[in-house]
Amino acid sequence: MEAETKSPIVSRAGAKKELPKHFRDNRHVWVFIETERGQVHPVSIELLGEGRKLADKLGVQLAGVVVGAAEGVGTLSAIAETFAYGADLAYLVVSPLLSDYRNEPFTKALSDLVILHKPEILLLGATSLGRDLAGSVATTLETGLTADCTTLDVDADGSLAATRPTFGGSLLCTIYTLNCRPQMATVRPRVMATPQRVANTTGPIIRHELMMIEEEIVTKVLGFLPDGQSHRINLAYADIVVAGGLGIGTAENLERVKAVAKTLGGEFGCSRPLVQKGWMGVDRQIGQTGQTIRPKLYLAAGISGAVQHRVGVDGADLIVAINIDSNAPIFDFAHVAVVADAIGLLPALTAAFTRRLVPHNQSMQ
Amino acid sequence: MHIVVCIKQVPDSAQIRVHPVTNTIMRQGVPTIINPYDLFALEEAFKLRDRYGGEVTVLTMGPPMAKQALEKALAYGADRAVLLSDRHFAGSDTLATSFAISRAISKIGRSRTPEIVLAGKQTIDGDTAQVGPGIAKRLEMQQLTYATKIVSVDLHAREIAVERRSEGGTQMLKSRLPCLITVLEGVNTIRRGSIADALRAAHSRIPTWRAGDVGIEELGNCGLRGSPTVVKRVFAPSPRADKAIRIEAIEKDSDQVADDVIALILEHHPALEASFYLNGLT
Ligand SMILES: Cc1cc2nc3c(=O)[nH]c(=O)nc-3n(C[C@H](O)[C@H](O)[C@H](O)COP(=O)(O)OP(=O)(O)OC[C@H]3O[C@@H](n4cnc5c(N)ncnc54)[C@H](O)[C@@H]3O)c2cc1C
Repeated sequence: MEAETKSPIVSRAGAKKELPKHFRDNRHVWVFIETERGQVHPVSIELLGEGRKLADKLGVQLAGVVVGAAEGVGTLSAIAETFAYGADLAYLVVSPLLSDYRNEPFTKALSDLVILHKPEILLLGATSLGRDLAGSVATTLETGLTADCTTLDVDADGSLAATRPTFGGSLLCTIYTLNCRPQMATVRPRVMATPQRVANTTGPIIRHELMMIEEEIVTKVLGFLPDGQSHRINLAYADIVVAGGLGIGTAENLERVKAVAKTLGGEFGCSRPLVQKGWMGVDRQIGQTGQTIRPKLYLAAGISGAVQHRVGVDGADLIVAINIDSNAPIFDFAHVAVVADAIGLLPALTAAFTRRLVPHNQSMQ
Repeated sequence: MHIVVCIKQVPDSAQIRVHPVTNTIMRQGVPTIINPYDLFALEEAFKLRDRYGGEVTVLTMGPPMAKQALEKALAYGADRAVLLSDRHFAGSDTLATSFAISRAISKIGRSRTPEIVLAGKQTIDGDTAQVGPGIAKRLEMQQLTYATKIVSVDLHAREIAVERRSEGGTQMLKSRLPCLITVLEGVNTIRRGSIADALRAAHSRIPTWRAGDVGIEELGNCGLRGSPTVVKRVFAPSPRADKAIRIEAIEKDSDQVADDVIALILEHHPALEASFYLNGLT
């Protein structure tokens, strides 16, 4: 149970009026399906899973919205994935103008669809693309948008209750969109679980024209420089993450964190101060202003467990924390609390894991 | 060139504490700062002014005390500052905020049209990243979010080239002025203002504009009334129901503790052993 306050700090819920007439037939839950060079972004799949639950509670349909260039591999497979992960139907806008992400044509494509087909709820990933797009679509439609939600639910009266961290994660707040539709929300990658994939499912596809020509679009894409594939980090999707905090003491000691991660074939990460010290890149930072992770095992060494860090790791199956201070806040949410000096324990862990792994590896050879 | 930079005064969230009993934010004594991401925007504006000449106006919407943030921005080297403050704006969500700010920018533009409006990528209290795009939409400007580099500005052709962070890479864009740019963290560090800037800041009078001053007649678009989203309840994150299993290991033999930890991990998550082996092989 959530530790709720008896009297909410801010309450305007009583101000809820009848929904204006022109919004009363808004139905269905939509998920914007983001594609990244032919691949569906995992956050969209996570949102389909969450959208399915909301749609079932409301007794309405779940639709995926696919916006992209000609019906090439990417767009078609995005439609297939949309159905495989639970959508009842899909909306499709294809145009050569939608090959690369640009705010103008994407905003037009999505806003036009919403105006025409009137969804009740519209969900997007809180990625750089999703946030850029969601802000303009919500302003175009003059509706509410709740950013970076961590929980989505449907209230007794059918409203979307979107919960998100506030004040740097110290508190959570539940936000409603009154008197406007659709109710829009963005959710960060890895906050919601990945649903089960069901092969060979399909459904109706509703096509829509993009009412635009290239000459009308002001911004042009001159080029795209992909991140080096080699050092692409899979922190958000790693099964095992080992992270170090300030308690690790020195940049050299971080090697001990990396060694445990390497032994387990996991990824390594860190708390924010280490990024600020320049000990690790910002793409390794875990937490509110870094990555949200959802590993099976999270091993935190020398991390105090500030709220801003906690919000990034709450989805982990098992949190093991090593901290020298038996009162460290991280022990309030860790499953296994190890009161120990991490600097000494990490190499011992690497050795112990290696002992356990080696016999098995040999027997496999 | 005229650049308008939107900034926000925020509580230093690193120092915020939640009252253990009432679950309310204890704001007393919490210092306020300029939203750190906005400082990147401000410095980017100064760099553009260095390169192309012109002036930098800083704008903030907030309570009267938000003037402090503007004074600070002037001391860093901004040329002008405007405070947008009215009780009608209280309780604004991002939609209502972008409405009011866009009107203020229109008014600033009456004396000199801005070529560029700059903002931080998001605030550290609201964290939404929505106000920038909202302003752009309302002013019908191109929005270039998460910019990592302003490559060039051609005032004559009214063109701008920027690089922006996108999923999995960097996009190189060409667009038209005026435009709104939000900048990514780490693109620069705010310069130290000169003594002259500090003196000028101390002596400048910062105008305060109310809704009427920026031509807002539609008060229904402002504040709580103009905000489709409302906060229904605020609560503290729940503590974990089951208490952690503790291993008190100070001064104990590390190897023994390591074995204990691994045994505990596998006891609670037997399936993990498969992940370990799988990963160990690759
Ligand atoms: C707007 C904002 C956003 C933020 N975003 C993030 C974010 O995304 N991610 C993030 O992590 N932080 C974030 N922070 C910072 C956060 O508030 C904390 O400051 C930070 O998480 C603390 O990092 P730490 O635990 O490594 O360091 P500290 O708080 O200094 O903790 C170090 C810990 O190490 C322990 N220790 C010391 N020596 C040893 C030893 N030998 N062995 C074992 N333990 C030892 C200490 O007991 C202590 O608990 C943010 C802050 C703000 C204001």
